[in-house]
Amino acid sequence: MIVTAGWYMTLAAVLFLIGAGGLLLRNNALVMFMSVELMLNAVNLTFVAAARAHGDIGGQMAVLFVLVVAAAEVAVGLAIIVSIFRSRRTASVDELSELSG
Amino acid sequence: MVELVIFALMGAVALAGAIGVVRARNPVYGAMGLMATLFALAVFYVVHLAHFVAVVQVIVYAGAVITLFLFVIMFVGVDRAEDLTEKLAVQRPVALIVLVGVVVAAGALVVTGNFDWVITSGEPQVVTGTIEEIGENLISVGPPSGREASRWLLPFEATSLLLIVAAVGAIALAFYRPRRKDEASGRRDAGPGSGSGP
Repeated sequence: MIVTAGWYMTLAAVLFLIGAGGLLLRNNALVMFMSVELMLNAVNLTFVAAARAHGDIGGQMAVLFVLVVAAAEVAVGLAIIVSIFRSRRTASVDELSELSG
Repeated sequence: MVELVIFALMGAVALAGAIGVVRARNPVYGAMGLMATLFALAVFYVVHLAHFVAVVQVIVYAGAVITLFLFVIMFVGVDRAEDLTEKLAVQRPVALIVLVGVVVAAGALVVTGNFDWVITSGEPQVVTGTIEEIGENLISVGPPSGREASRWLLPFEATSLLLIVAAVGAIALAFYRPRRKDEASGRRDAGPGSGSGP
């Protein structure tokens, strides 16, 4: 049985949905952040599968740029989480209601 | 046949890790699940002949990013009881409705199209993501190098700018001090060295 690119893309879609579910249902900022990473990696798998299906290396290049952007995002995002934790003593996004009227 | 076995095994690992990220009460277990998923995806990249991407995935993601996550998890505190109850009344139902909608849409795509629209006609040439290939695609500048100019050169340079901005931003956030000191006594010690613990 041939494993086509569609199989990998279906798996990536499932991973993306699991990540989206974690982002929507959890209220710990760290877990939400890890869910975002999961979604990014699901898209990376789609890129690589498409790169092989098309015979075009552009998909792998896009994955590299996604990796770099994700690394920068992790640095800034975790700095924000640590900064919030230092002032609020919580990592739950439900507690962050300073802007609500 | 070999690829089918690899797909089944690593797909199971990736799905289990992903579910672990979402379901784990303890964020450390979630980070471990995320690492399992990242390793499984690295195996898929090797299957897809994207060797350099697989190596970078293991080094950057499974190495650096997960380490950073674990560091922050330890800093924030792993032993505090996290209540999974939702305080916003509409959050859970709306989230479930959105998720079911996306599941139906993605399922319709898979069932009807079978992702045929991503497959070009004809037999594609096999590309191997070696370091040479990736590097020449990244920074080849034109005819003297023997190849046409890379279309990824400008994004590559923009990426370096992004990394500098991110590093400076993270440092600026680390030096940020909340102005109010009168609430919640006992956090006067939130200095630059407070991350090292007591």
